[in-house]
Amino acid sequence: MMIAFRLAAALVLGAIFGFGLAISGMLDPTRVRGFLDIAGDWDPSLGFVLAGAVIVAMLGRLIQLRLSHPLFADRFQLPEKTRIDGRLIAGSAIFGIGWGMAGLCPGPAVADLVLGAPVVLVFVPAMLIGMVLHDRLAASSSC
Amino acid sequence: MSPYLLSLLGGMLIGLSVALFMLLNGRVAGISGIVAGLFRKPDERLAANLLFVAGLLAGPLLYRAWFDGWPVFRPQGGLLLFAVAGLLVGFGSRLGSGCTSGHGVAGLARFSPRSMAAVATFLATAIATVFVMGLFSGRIG
Repeated sequence: MMIAFRLAAALVLGAIFGFGLAISGMLDPTRVRGFLDIAGDWDPSLGFVLAGAVIVAMLGRLIQLRLSHPLFADRFQLPEKTRIDGRLIAGSAIFGIGWGMAGLCPGPAVADLVLGAPVVLVFVPAMLIGMVLHDRLAASSSC
Repeated sequence: MSPYLLSLLGGMLIGLSVALFMLLNGRVAGISGIVAGLFRKPDERLAANLLFVAGLLAGPLLYRAWFDGWPVFRPQGGLLLFAVAGLLVGFGSRLGSGCTSGHGVAGLARFSPRSMAAVATFLATAIATVFVMGLFSGRIG
């Protein structure tokens, strides 16, 4: 029974996330690049997206700390790594370059597929190739 | 409504989704992890990832139903730029174990030192990238 709740939650929470992206302005690469353009014609509005998201997520975190397990599952699955390593920094640096170039990160890029713009129809497959390429290399190097 | 208020409200909905995904399903709503997790063997997690992505795709449709128009989308640059950027975003988000949602929202909300380092790094390189591209486009000077 719980599996049905988990799957329904995934769909509904994906839709809330996607609707939030749509009204926030994050789906517009020009807004995103304007936010990053601090030396030029800076558009601070997307700072409000980050602030709003982090504040509400922190409230969730405060509740989570008082729970022994999630409502629909047996245990919390939180990232366990704590060490700041070269992979984290190099990966984040590479991600940031791509984000700055296009003004798209994974969530908005996926939601923007619905709008059907050719640049997104190129960006998302390229992103998937980048992800699969990394995961294949990581799998082969750890064996 | 002012763009600042809409941005704040949109951000709060994103935060609500991240908070509830943790409280209900016990998982971090990191989009790069969810999207990369579309290539795993068929199991419950694959189904959950597919449904989350389907929900994301419904976002602009819900927007259209509510506001009677599509969300604004103004790309800067051509297909080649977006192809290269997509490769970097995909590869980098996996190597760095997260993107703007997993590190930027969920990670910062947990005060994770790894996520703070990741956010500082990708904000720095993204800002530098926009700055350097601005130099070459002749906007400055």
